[in-house]
Amino acid sequence: MIQFRLNGEAVSVDAHPMARLLSVLRRDLRLTGTKEGCGEGECGACSVVVDGKVVNSCLIPMSQIDGTEVLTIEGSGHANIQDHFLAEGGTQCGICTPGMIMATRAFLEDAEATGAAIDEDSVRAALAGNLCRCTGYGKIVAAVLAAARTEGDA
Amino acid sequence: MKFDKPRSLGEALSILADAELEPHLLAGGTDLLVEIDTGRTAPPHVVDIWGIPELHGIQREAEGVRIGSLTTCTELYRDARTPDILRDAAWEVGAEQIRNRATIGGNLGTASPAADLTPVLFALGATVRLCARRGDRDLSARQFITGYRSNALRPSELIHSVWIPDRPDDERRAFRKVGTRRAQSISKLVVAVAFRIEGEVVIACRGGAGSVAPRTIDLPVLTREILGRRCTPERIAHAARMSAALDCAPVDDVRSTALYRREVFARVLVDLLSR
Ligand SMILES: Cc1cc2nc3c(=O)[nH]c(=O)nc-3n(C[C@H](O)[C@H](O)[C@H](O)COP(=O)(O)OP(=O)(O)OC[C@H]3O[C@@H](n4cnc5c(N)ncnc54)[C@H](O)[C@@H]3O)c2cc1C
Ligand code: FES
Ligand code: FES
Repeated sequence: MIQFRLNGEAVSVDAHPMARLLSVLRRDLRLTGTKEGCGEGECGACSVVVDGKVVNSCLIPMSQIDGTEVLTIEGSGHANIQDHFLAEGGTQCGICTPGMIMATRAFLEDAEATGAAIDEDSVRAALAGNLCRCTGYGKIVAAVLAAARTEGDA
Repeated sequence: MKFDKPRSLGEALSILADAELEPHLLAGGTDLLVEIDTGRTAPPHVVDIWGIPELHGIQREAEGVRIGSLTTCTELYRDARTPDILRDAAWEVGAEQIRNRATIGGNLGTASPAADLTPVLFALGATVRLCARRGDRDLSARQFITGYRSNALRPSELIHSVWIPDRPDDERRAFRKVGTRRAQSISKLVVAVAFRIEGEVVIACRGGAGSVAPRTIDLPVLTREILGRRCTPERIAHAARMSAALDCAPVDDVRSTALYRREVFARVLVDLLSR
């Protein structure tokens, strides 16, 4: 049995240690908010946060999830970011959006902890692993910057 | 598939020593999981070393810095003890999701000709420590890489760490990756150099390059053409041309042509040496 915390709650799953976190989330746990795009680490649609760091869940074997804290789009704590994606038009078809939100969350929490700058360049660098075929990225960057300005009062 | 998850270095080395099926080590998984998912590799035995504390982290030693094989690119670029060009290279690997998982040991383990960290280890004269139950051995990074996706690792061994000697105060170092876009692109070519100039004469020079040959290469012709010489623009241009002609053995592939690679390699080298 592999035990970990998922969106704040203890879970244990009976999965092969080499099963991908993405498949376990979507198939076994029926949390389909996390999307599969490429399945090879290129697109970021499957991004989740593990122990505070954004990772591609398609490349994470379950053996490395044992004892960790996993956050997915279904969890709480990123409603402010989601609101700004909606307000700025940072989402269209939506397939990239859960990954974008999770990468944004990890970026903003890390910037808060380290005092790193939050500007257009650093936002684009932080989201470089998340592909979007719809928005052209401009509105996503605007949404992240707007969320950063209001983080804390959410 | 047989699967093991050792919790200590000693346990891992015993598993490797006693393994009957060819054991495959799993670190951050950014190469191995892709290999498995695409069906290119079907390992009969996986040993997940991610949970071994001894292999994580960076330590100062008397005359250098020791970097555990499981140190990720994110940890490398954020740590002030990491030599500057290795930080630059770590920052250019993949995107944040990849950097949070891609390890220095995995970069050496895959031994891809397009690896970004490995050429820098060549330029810095780094040493790779290999551990087995029978004992340890140290190889230069240059000796460790033996060919296209092949290295000197024996089945009973794992990469313990990389050691990088302290840098002389007057050393100049430079790194450049040329790719199709800034993030998440496999390099068309990557070049790293570390050199010293006294008066106007080059008194030390070591280089490394990726994607300009079927394996990561060092640059002996560059060193030969520039060491002990006055570092004039003409000499640099000549040495760069010679190195492009003789050190490099580029191929045509989906990312670029051999001709382009040689040309750009020479130009990048001139630029890096002229700083
Ligand atoms: C989307 C994407 C983008 C990428 N971009 C880049 C890039 O820009 N630059 C770049 O250089 N690479 C890139 N890579 C490749 C990869 O991320 C790197 O090679 C990384 O350093 C591999 O480390 P890992 O820990 O994930 O290796 P793993 O996949 O865990 O292992 C890789 C190989 O090394 C062996 N190995 C791992 N650790 C050890 C050890 N301690 N001892 C002995 N053998 C070991 C394994 O058995 C395996 O054969 C990219 C990969 C992906 C999926
Ligand atoms: S599905 Fe994981 S990165 Fe594309
Ligand atoms: S909104 Fe469609 S891919 Fe980004």
